[in-house]
Amino acid sequence: MIVAEGLVKRYMSGGRPLPVLRSIDLTVQREAFVSIVGPSGSGKTTLLGLLAGLDEPTEGRVLLDGTDIFSLTEDGRAAFRSERVGFVFQTFHLLPTLTALENVLVPLELRGMGREARPRAMALLDRVGLADRTGHYPAQLSGGEQQRVALARAFSNEPAILFADEPTGNLDAETGAAIVEMLEELNRDTRTTLVLVTHDLALAERAHRVIRLGGGEIAEDRPGRGTVVGAATG
Amino acid sequence: MSPRVRLGFALRLALRESRYGWRRVGVYMASITLGVAALVSIHSFREDFARSVQDEADVLMGANARLSDDVPFTPEGQAIVDSLRNAGVPVARVTTASSMIMAPSTETVRLLQVRALDPGYPFYGDVTTEPAGTWGAHMEPGSVMVDPAVLTQLGVEIGDELIVGTETLRIRGTVDDLPTDLAFQTAIGPRLHLSQETMERAGLLGFGSLARYEAFLELPEIEERRALRERYEALFDGTSLGYTLAEEQAQSLSNGVRFLGRFLALVGLGALLLGGVGVASAIHVYIRERRPGIAVLRCVGASQGTAFLAYLIQAAWLGLLGSAAGVVLGVILQEVMPVALAGILPVEVTTRLSWGSILAGLGIGAWVAVVFALIPLLQVRDVPPLAALRSDFEPPRRRIDPVRALAWIVLAASVLGLAAAEAPEPELGISFAIALVVAALAIAGVGLALTWVTRRFFPTGASYPVRQGVSNLFRPQNQTVSVTLALGFGAFVVGTIVQVESSLRNDLTVSVDAAQPNILLFDIQTDQVDGIGALMQGAEYDVSPLVTARVAGINGRTVEELADAPPDERPEGWTVRREYRNTYRSELGRAEILVRGQWWDGTPGSEDGVAVDAGGLPRLSLEEDIAESLRVSLGDTLTWDVAGIEIETVVTSLRRVEWDRLEPNFFAVFEPGVLESAPQNILMVARVPEASERARIQRDLVGDFPNVSALDFSRVQEAIDAVLTRVRQAVAFLGGFSAIAGIIVLAGALATSRAQRLREGALLKTLGARRRQILTVLFSEYLALGSIATASGLALAVGASALLIPELFEIDYVVRVGPVLVIWTVVVLVTVITGLLGSRDLVRRPPLPVLRGTD
Repeated sequence: MIVAEGLVKRYMSGGRPLPVLRSIDLTVQREAFVSIVGPSGSGKTTLLGLLAGLDEPTEGRVLLDGTDIFSLTEDGRAAFRSERVGFVFQTFHLLPTLTALENVLVPLELRGMGREARPRAMALLDRVGLADRTGHYPAQLSGGEQQRVALARAFSNEPAILFADEPTGNLDAETGAAIVEMLEELNRDTRTTLVLVTHDLALAERAHRVIRLGGGEIAEDRPGRGTVVGAATG
Repeated sequence: MSPRVRLGFALRLALRESRYGWRRVGVYMASITLGVAALVSIHSFREDFARSVQDEADVLMGANARLSDDVPFTPEGQAIVDSLRNAGVPVARVTTASSMIMAPSTETVRLLQVRALDPGYPFYGDVTTEPAGTWGAHMEPGSVMVDPAVLTQLGVEIGDELIVGTETLRIRGTVDDLPTDLAFQTAIGPRLHLSQETMERAGLLGFGSLARYEAFLELPEIEERRALRERYEALFDGTSLGYTLAEEQAQSLSNGVRFLGRFLALVGLGALLLGGVGVASAIHVYIRERRPGIAVLRCVGASQGTAFLAYLIQAAWLGLLGSAAGVVLGVILQEVMPVALAGILPVEVTTRLSWGSILAGLGIGAWVAVVFALIPLLQVRDVPPLAALRSDFEPPRRRIDPVRALAWIVLAASVLGLAAAEAPEPELGISFAIALVVAALAIAGVGLALTWVTRRFFPTGASYPVRQGVSNLFRPQNQTVSVTLALGFGAFVVGTIVQVESSLRNDLTVSVDAAQPNILLFDIQTDQVDGIGALMQGAEYDVSPLVTARVAGINGRTVEELADAPPDERPEGWTVRREYRNTYRSELGRAEILVRGQWWDGTPGSEDGVAVDAGGLPRLSLEEDIAESLRVSLGDTLTWDVAGIEIETVVTSLRRVEWDRLEPNFFAVFEPGVLESAPQNILMVARVPEASERARIQRDLVGDFPNVSALDFSRVQEAIDAVLTRVRQAVAFLGGFSAIAGIIVLAGALATSRAQRLREGALLKTLGARRRQILTVLFSEYLALGSIATASGLALAVGASALLIPELFEIDYVVRVGPVLVIWTVVVLVTVITGLLGSRDLVRRPPLPVLRGTD
């Protein structure tokens, strides 16, 4: 479960404080699929970063599965992420010096996993359809393939919560759709909580819940169509 | 519309972009700064020194001119002195000889320089003494003034007595500063100062004693000094009597420093060129980064030429700023140098801004920055407008690019030209430039090979952060090669010099060991040989008579006639001008072998044992190299002038001599039965294993044979050690300089790749990496980088030493592992520390702003 209480974030801009998030209170249930939408500059990515502990809020706190992440040190948060959190980025953010397989291995190896890391990473790459591309470097992969490697990496540590920042933003419609299907599938199969930031309203609607930000505040919070589908199928 | 180069636009763009560019490549320009600072300070200081020395020329000589000879003045020479005295010119004679000096209070004996002076010397400059104002006390009978080092060597104090020859003298004070001295001179050969009369009474100068005879003249009018030279030109040119003006001595002093300065300038140039490699590397990365921006420029209508020009102007502007910083630093160094070197310099050096050096430094620095930036800058032309839309679009590469080829030629010509201009001689400079390029290529090559091996064979079982750190060496746009080059070059220079120094030390130490003589006695008179032999109390010793002679003619032609002979018959000048100390003996020496002809008893030479019929003339054996320089061989005749009597000899054998063995070795050996009645003195070498016994012999000599000098080779060893220690100090300075250049390039590489490393660090944190894991990644990266760079440099240093040491010094080379390990440790440590310091904010920053690119 994700709980955000009174989140405020101000950046200094030209010597004056610029409020990005004014006051956000939010609760996301376990295994939920929530999308965050809003115009550019509405604070979507900032909110995502704060929920994941990648940046510190000016005010307020965030509880992930009951842990107040900003009471932890930077290292403590890193350890927490290593155990419970996965990420997918718009620009993939693969390490250019590592092969596809090695990129997927990174979170596992950071946790100190030994022999069993490799088969798991291979299985994940197989699952995203890249079993035959494991030895390739990011530069040798297409955008869609890179994002699939990023997905495999995000799920490699079986995260309780997965954050995705515009995961289809740099991909064409068809490839994007395939990536979203994989995300949904993995969310379902691994019972992961999924928080997705996107510009794509059609994609946002596939979530259980859609939160629209405007002017640094929650402007709208309503169920998405995924709820209906989920209810109908589940 | 044809593509036009728009200079105005390029200029404005360059200025706007350089605000950003300064942050990215500014640190690299610092490597230009260091090289320029070195050049400006060395050039300026050279000028300062030459001017100061010339201003103080009279003080440095203590007179306006000097007559000098290595034998007592001949009647002609003495006539000059007398006529000057009669004309009222102040003349001061100075006679310098070596002698055994004993301190009765400590029973210590040392071979020291004794200088006998006439009153009045020096005519210029102030002498500083302890107690103050005692200069002149040495003129009194029974008195001596000494250099401070004499007190420490003999363990005595002012007021104690010294035995000098047959005289017992009281130390009246120390001479702390004689303006005519170079500071290090007195440290190497400390002296006693006494009057001419005292020297004569002490009986130090026996027949043929090694001594230097000088007469210093006070002739303030330059015309008079020159007139003297013109009047006696024949005498000065034709005999060993020399005549030197104060300004000539000053000139040769500043020539020495100029020569040294030019070597230092080459070191500065090396640092500058190393900085150039750094600049090229930084510009390469910078242009890659600016690619999208350049593509947009092309989209909105800038021609290839305009875009290229904009970035060329930026590089020139940054280079100029870097050089300007170098000039400021250089001028500060120029001011510091006279203070730092005060103990070594013979005069007080005054500094003056040298605009020539400053402009040269600015120009050379900016030029080096531009020519090294040129090749990577040419990439700007290859950025197509399409790259703005598709970042992965790569235009086909041109196969042959005449502009690129031209850029390489300009670069090569610049490096060669600068080196030729800075070096003491153009050939030396060009060799230096070629050696630099070969060394750089070799270091880069070895570095690449090591990098490849590391990547190929790095254990896959190593922990993830370690593997990530090592793989960072191959990250796109990595600067592994330029950093390897910079650090490796420093390691190479230091490594090579240390290897050479330790090999030399080893060789020099060995040659005094074993069953070789370890004490040398000289200036012995023939009637003293038996007495000294008795004093040796059974120690083995060899006796060699020394007969002074000059070459009077070769194959019937006089030396004057030979001067006009064709080049293949004309002896090298020094061989007929010098005074020879020849010997006669029936056996070959221990350090020589007969190569050609036959020894007196018919023993044939190792290469050709031909017998030469001397036709009744005395037979002579020559050392093979001097024979070549004299243009003589077996069967040729050589006429010697021995104390005015001409003796014609026939060369019947040639010998090869190991000059570095401590044995009495000679160019020319006569057969016995020719020179026995000629004036001569004796050289004796002996092997006395016990140090206490050697000390006893030296003490006894002072008492019984005051004219005889002894040289204890263990003292020679100490002197060699002292010289080598100085060499090592100089090496430490050069090494430090190279290391600083390397660190600057490393820091520049860190600055250039900062954005990329920040992104990677943030990503790793996002994926759950802890501080310690990120630090391990960084540590492994810099450890690997430092190790590869140092290993390349040191591998090359060992290779170069193995080639150079036997070739240049003719001694065996053995790898010194200790120094290699020390250098490796230091360079790697410095690399890791610099790397970790330069990556501080990588660990500190929160990841989100970095990943979003807002940071």
